[in-house]
Amino acid sequence: MTTAITVSGLEKHYGRTRALDGLDLSVRTGEVHGFLGPNGAGKTTTIRILLGLLRADAGTARLLDGDPWRDATSLHRRLAYVPGDVTLWPTLSGGEVIDLLGRLRGGIDPQRRAELLDRFDLDPRKRARTYSKGNRQKVGLVAALASDVELLVLDEPTSGLDPLMEETFRECIGEERRNGRTVLLSSHILAEVEALCDRVTIVRDGRTVESGTLAELRHLTRTSISAELSTAPTGLGELSGVHDLETDGTHVRCEVDTTALDGVLRHLSAAGVRNLTSQPPTLEELFLRHYEQDRSPSSGVRTGA
Amino acid sequence: MMTTLSGTGSLIRLILRRDRIRIPVWILAIAATVVSSVASFPGIYADADDRQARAALMNNPATVALSGPGHGLDNYTFGAMTANELGGFTAVAFALMSILLVVRHTRAEEESGRAELIRAAVVGRHAAMTATLTVGLGTNLLLGGILALGLVSSPAQLGLAGSLLFAASMTAVGVVFTGMAAVTAQLMEHSRAATGLAAALLGLAFALRAAGDIGTGTLSWLSPIGWAQATRAYVDGRWWPLLPALGLTVVLVITAYVLRTRRDEGAGLVRAGLGRAEASGWLAGPIALAFRLQRGVLIGWMVAFVLFGLFIGSMADQAAAFVAENEMARRYFSRLGGSAAATETLLATYMSLMAMVGTGYALQATLLLRSEEASGRLEPLLGGAPLSRLRWASSHLVATLAGSVLVLGGAGLGAGVVYAGTTGEVVDAAAVLAGALTHLPALWVLAGFAVTLFGLAPAAIGLVWAALAGVVFLGMFGPLLQLPEWVSDLSPFAHTPQLPGAEFTAGPIIVLVALATALVLAGLTGFRRRDVR
Ligand SMILES: Nc1ncnc2c1ncn2[C@@H]1O[C@H](COP(=O)(O)OP(=O)(O)OP(=O)(O)O)[C@@H](O)[C@H]1O
Ligand SMILES: [Mg+2]
Repeated sequence: MTTAITVSGLEKHYGRTRALDGLDLSVRTGEVHGFLGPNGAGKTTTIRILLGLLRADAGTARLLDGDPWRDATSLHRRLAYVPGDVTLWPTLSGGEVIDLLGRLRGGIDPQRRAELLDRFDLDPRKRARTYSKGNRQKVGLVAALASDVELLVLDEPTSGLDPLMEETFRECIGEERRNGRTVLLSSHILAEVEALCDRVTIVRDGRTVESGTLAELRHLTRTSISAELSTAPTGLGELSGVHDLETDGTHVRCEVDTTALDGVLRHLSAAGVRNLTSQPPTLEELFLRHYEQDRSPSSGVRTGA
Repeated sequence: MMTTLSGTGSLIRLILRRDRIRIPVWILAIAATVVSSVASFPGIYADADDRQARAALMNNPATVALSGPGHGLDNYTFGAMTANELGGFTAVAFALMSILLVVRHTRAEEESGRAELIRAAVVGRHAAMTATLTVGLGTNLLLGGILALGLVSSPAQLGLAGSLLFAASMTAVGVVFTGMAAVTAQLMEHSRAATGLAAALLGLAFALRAAGDIGTGTLSWLSPIGWAQATRAYVDGRWWPLLPALGLTVVLVITAYVLRTRRDEGAGLVRAGLGRAEASGWLAGPIALAFRLQRGVLIGWMVAFVLFGLFIGSMADQAAAFVAENEMARRYFSRLGGSAAATETLLATYMSLMAMVGTGYALQATLLLRSEEASGRLEPLLGGAPLSRLRWASSHLVATLAGSVLVLGGAGLGAGVVYAGTTGEVVDAAAVLAGALTHLPALWVLAGFAVTLFGLAPAAIGLVWAALAGVVFLGMFGPLLQLPEWVSDLSPFAHTPQLPGAEFTAGPIIVLVALATALVLAGLTGFRRRDVR
């Protein structure tokens, strides 16, 4: 088994709302996979289908070589899940919730539990009603991380965590990866995605718009170039892959598709480069370009159907 | 003071907006039920002899304990019939409407955290309660007005003065319990507990007047429902018994405001301490979780039902005395076996009523399925743990099944032990207990209906409460209204034997159990196929 999750052409309607419109997702075994997209893109819906909570209207979904709907119970023995908004039973304490969820899976390693409680600095005696938002989230995280499973499904697991705890979370996920676990991580925190994920999938309006490693995605984006030349450049605008060109005498600014970088640099050096700064795309720019509705992903590769 | 009230006007509008369907439905349902029942009197009891025959039937401890003290039985006009037979339950309906309304807009809002959002706007500390009390009072007055109008214009042609007094006395009960719920909403941290406590006090009010009415009458004066019936509407009406209701309401409302000032937003009277660091050994599976989640509800119902049972058992003694003193009742029961039959009838009638009320527990427990789902707490269980939908849902049903046995059994045992104490026969305790437990299959049918709705139409699950209201109505007023048999038979409680006293027959029990099972299976099948949402 080399893929932990395979989803293709997934569709889901809520009444007249079309939440998923042919979504594709492929998560390889042993990787940390980032699942990104603007609010309402369909990430949670996809995850809930993968957990067998919702039934897809069309398309196929395979999870750990099983059918997420039919084999839900046996599959759940091998995965753990943290929702983005952990709601708990108000009268149970955090410790009771962690134990209960662990026992449903057949027991919990007390040493691991204690270690996680310590690392996340969580008081297990408080009643769920009295936990702060971040502490509620920690209860979900400890319960999931304490279980010995192959796959972690995390839907915005760090919402509400303070930066220190966010760091602890990253360490934990790093360890999980080293232990060979697969992680599907939906998140809006780009630094977290950059730090943790091997590959990412970006969805919008219920469809996959990009999928690949961060390096591959970077490759599909533009570098900003600002150059001071010896002579005024000619013909730069005709080169393919050059965008937003501004020339002011011998000063040039433009955005260049990463694939066209080589040709553009040749062209510039022909005009004699006195000074050149180039800025690789930041992750923010990369994602924002995909998140924004009106810009079509012309330079991106559309994967899937 | 004014600043603590700022925003009240907008909150009143918000409440009316959110309840724009609920309040009219309550008003229409109560008014239409009472008025249409009264409207059918002239057809059923055409001449005075018919009415006096009905009056003779009403003069036994079981019916007195269930309905009212029986003012005007010697000249049983349509008006006297209305006040005597419909008054008690109409008062309970007014009170329930008020309790649910008040808790819904005070404690439930705080519990959900929505109140915080509102308090953060320019809204004073007392605005929410003031707005709720205003709407509560207005709803009761409106319902009272519509009821009076309906009674005057019904074919039974009830007099204006009597109708006004009757409607006012019902409104008074509603207003008292508006205040009562305002207090319980301050005491309890959870809305369910606030509703439960107010409902228990309503049960107490009903019990006190029942005991008073078959006894010397003193206890009735401790009950708001007793005050309402003491107005003797349509007989020789008097308004002054409504004064204590007014006084109590003022005291309750002041208490509620004082308590509100002293506590934090979201807090109850008692602050929950720290919980356990680790779950105890038994909290290991879905059944244990289901019991744990409904623990408070179950204990509350059990305590209330055991107390109620003890109370009913002790009324049995008074029932014998009532028959001994009462010429008409003595003649009626001499054929059946004297005062022993009278007490048995009372016990059987009350066991049947308790079973219907106890169905409220079963529905509350079954509806936990839906509230667990809607709150999102089901997600980590079904989505992240190896727990199948079937196993999760049936765990809750097992807990509900066991709970229903405990609740009805508690009432039966409480009543039986006290009754056996008076007769000196131990078997009598078992007979009363059996009388309570024979109604279980009927209760399960309604709980099964709730499961069906949960599986197939979860958004409409609240309909089970309407079904329960219908069942109680049929049970209470089917005989009075001489409804066609097939209508009365719609209630599952029409088929369970009335023990002690009647013959036990297994047939209907088997059919009801089969029906309940089928309803549960339909619901579970639906739930396995649908989305969790
Ligand atoms: N129960 C529901 N009923 C109707 N529409 C729904 C329901 N749940 C989700 N939707 C809609 O489906 C779409 C996808 O929602 P989803 O929750 O999957 O988004 P998401 O990618 O998780 O967003 P976010 O980043 O905000 O968590 C949205 O348009 C949402 O409004
Ligand atoms: Mg989401």
